[in-house]
Amino acid sequence: MEKRNARQTRELVVPGDILDGTGMRPGENAYVLDGKVRASVMGVRNVFQNTVGVIPLRGGYMPTSGDTVFGVIVDIGPSNWLVDIGAPYPAPLHVSEVPWKVEFGDTSKYLTIGNVVLIKVLSVDESKKISVTMKDSGLRKIEGGRLVKISHTKVSRVIGKSGSMISMLKNMTDCRITVGQNGMIWVDGEDENADVAVEAIEMIEEQAQSGNLTDRIKEFIEKKIPQDEEDEYDDEGDE
Amino acid sequence: MSGHTDMVLVDENGLRIDGRTAEQHRPFKVEAGVLNNADGSAYVEIGKNKVLAAVYGPRECHPRHLQNPTKAIVQCKYNMQSFSVSDRKRPGPDRRSIEISKIISEALEKVVLTELYPRASIDVYIEILQANAGTRCAGLTAASVALADAGIPMRDIVPALAAGKADGHVLLDLNKEEDNYGQADVPIAIIPSTDEIVLLQMDGNMTREEFDHGIEMAVAGCHELYELQKDALKRRYSKRAEEESE
Amino acid sequence: MTEIMSEIKRDHMLKLIADGKRLDGRGVEDVRKIQVITDVIESADGSARVKLGKTEVIAGVKIIPGTPFPDTPNIGVLTTGAELIPMAHPTFESGPPGEDAIELARVVDRGIRESGMVDVEALCITPGEEVWMCFVDIYALDYDGNLFDAANLAAVCALKSATIPGEQYGKGENKPLPITCTPISVTECKVGNTLIVDPNFDEEQISSARLTVTTDDNGNFRAMQKGGCGSITLDELSLCLDRAVEKGAEIRKIIG
Repeated sequence: MEKRNARQTRELVVPGDILDGTGMRPGENAYVLDGKVRASVMGVRNVFQNTVGVIPLRGGYMPTSGDTVFGVIVDIGPSNWLVDIGAPYPAPLHVSEVPWKVEFGDTSKYLTIGNVVLIKVLSVDESKKISVTMKDSGLRKIEGGRLVKISHTKVSRVIGKSGSMISMLKNMTDCRITVGQNGMIWVDGEDENADVAVEAIEMIEEQAQSGNLTDRIKEFIEKKIPQDEEDEYDDEGDE
Repeated sequence: MSGHTDMVLVDENGLRIDGRTAEQHRPFKVEAGVLNNADGSAYVEIGKNKVLAAVYGPRECHPRHLQNPTKAIVQCKYNMQSFSVSDRKRPGPDRRSIEISKIISEALEKVVLTELYPRASIDVYIEILQANAGTRCAGLTAASVALADAGIPMRDIVPALAAGKADGHVLLDLNKEEDNYGQADVPIAIIPSTDEIVLLQMDGNMTREEFDHGIEMAVAGCHELYELQKDALKRRYSKRAEEESE
Repeated sequence: MTEIMSEIKRDHMLKLIADGKRLDGRGVEDVRKIQVITDVIESADGSARVKLGKTEVIAGVKIIPGTPFPDTPNIGVLTTGAELIPMAHPTFESGPPGEDAIELARVVDRGIRESGMVDVEALCITPGEEVWMCFVDIYALDYDGNLFDAANLAAVCALKSATIPGEQYGKGENKPLPITCTPISVTECKVGNTLIVDPNFDEEQISSARLTVTTDDNGNFRAMQKGGCGSITLDELSLCLDRAVEKGAEIRKIIG
């Protein structure tokens, strides 16, 4: 039984808006001018400890170290591949960061343009050069299934508190679902079930701000895929 | 500025041909998030000016030789559509459009937090659908909203408005006739939180008092326009800002 | 610049389309929602803003007195131009119209010219000296496939609502631009072995060939253009022609 909290109306701030004038320190997406903290992006005012910042509503994905993301190979060099992960910069995947032994110039034998990969962001330096790896458990070239692209700002809604939303989606649709931090989500399962899962994910993105979302998604899926009463709750951890 | 007319631009009661007084600006309209593909977009009307702005970025910088290793560059392209003016304009950039593109890029570079995106480019496209004097101001006004719409970090949103002079009167927000047959035109853009000027041009003939008066009116007008810019974003996205914690 | 589509998306779409289904739920013959607003630009003599699904295009008409072509001294001049401006898609670059923009303009022009939509003989001001010149300029604002049909609609609607600005030039009263018919283009794309009408951007990306067919109010053919590197069979051509007449009539009704 879900505990329903009071609906919080958080006011939208835009660049230049004053977030605080009482001496708080600037948090993310905020700066100080004349002793006042101001917003630098459009989003929701957010207080964290003694700082005040903004949670952005819009804007592209910026990778951070540790992010697991899906990407598409868009270019191939003799010792690396360029991966589009939906960031302002493509991420070079070097031959030393894949599980295969790739000879110089043989790169296209392993990954070709259009291939989808699940990789991890190792680091992003000050000049925003991104380094990624495929050498970790679970990381691999992805085949089959569907790819859904949602805004990276909605990823946490798809996962839900302690993974509640994503577990529900996986169980009810009987699909493998992997969520990339960059908003790319892979769904694999029987055609009709996968269709429902994709629709459910798109609904979550569209209605992320509405109340009672989990219940509504549950209802939506139930209508489309009859649920077996005796299904065990499969506590698969989130990938 | 070079035309001559027998038309009275400001009558003996101080009323202009469109019924405004010297300090009144034309009606403003600002909408945010009007296009699908662009990362950010906005539509602005100032009087009969109709302007569309779109932003892509931050993204890889093309052409590569313009890349800056320490920050993003802002590349703005201002263009007038052929049917936007009464004498059809041949398609393609002319010297005027290139100059305007440059000064708008420079105005925006000052407000955008470009150091956050080294080597990238923030591409801004301004299309004038219908022109009636003050298109560069309307264009920059729309571009600022489009940048905020795209979620690009910036210090503030930039409004722009022009002051000028016609029939010896200093006026706010010149219309087409006042611009063509008047005596001065001063477009200006400011950062409202500090009143810093990021765009300023002047052509014509003004005394120091006239110029100061014009700037004063234009800055005040910019602050009014600023409220509409912010309101456009809030109207478009306020619903999404509401959250329920689960 | 080209956008790379993931192999997963490509395979999924190919499979769906082979089954006669489309990602947005449309049937293979379905045209997206059409929205038209005319008279949007006062400075133009005719204008229209058209949305075909998420594709959006604006067209403006300027009518100006000018010199006729020497071989047609009493006939008005019609010129169509198009620009794929960078705001419309992340892969569009600035610069003068490239081959895509030029092809687009010429195909739209062909439909208008060959159908005789604008009564150019009625555009004579002074025989042998002065005629009305109609400039149609089309700008893509948001690109999600099928600019051909969106641009055709915008140009046609702009012309249909245009006024000859006689008063502006001291050449008589203002009057509506004389229009005789409404040419409508219907574009299809071949994906695998399936022909789909009104492709969106993704569908165009995975298609091998494209066919645009323009018909007039009587269902006669006025212009055609095959594009893309693939080929079409005679049977496929026949299907496209049938659909162009049927869908053309439906669209003509929608725009009125």
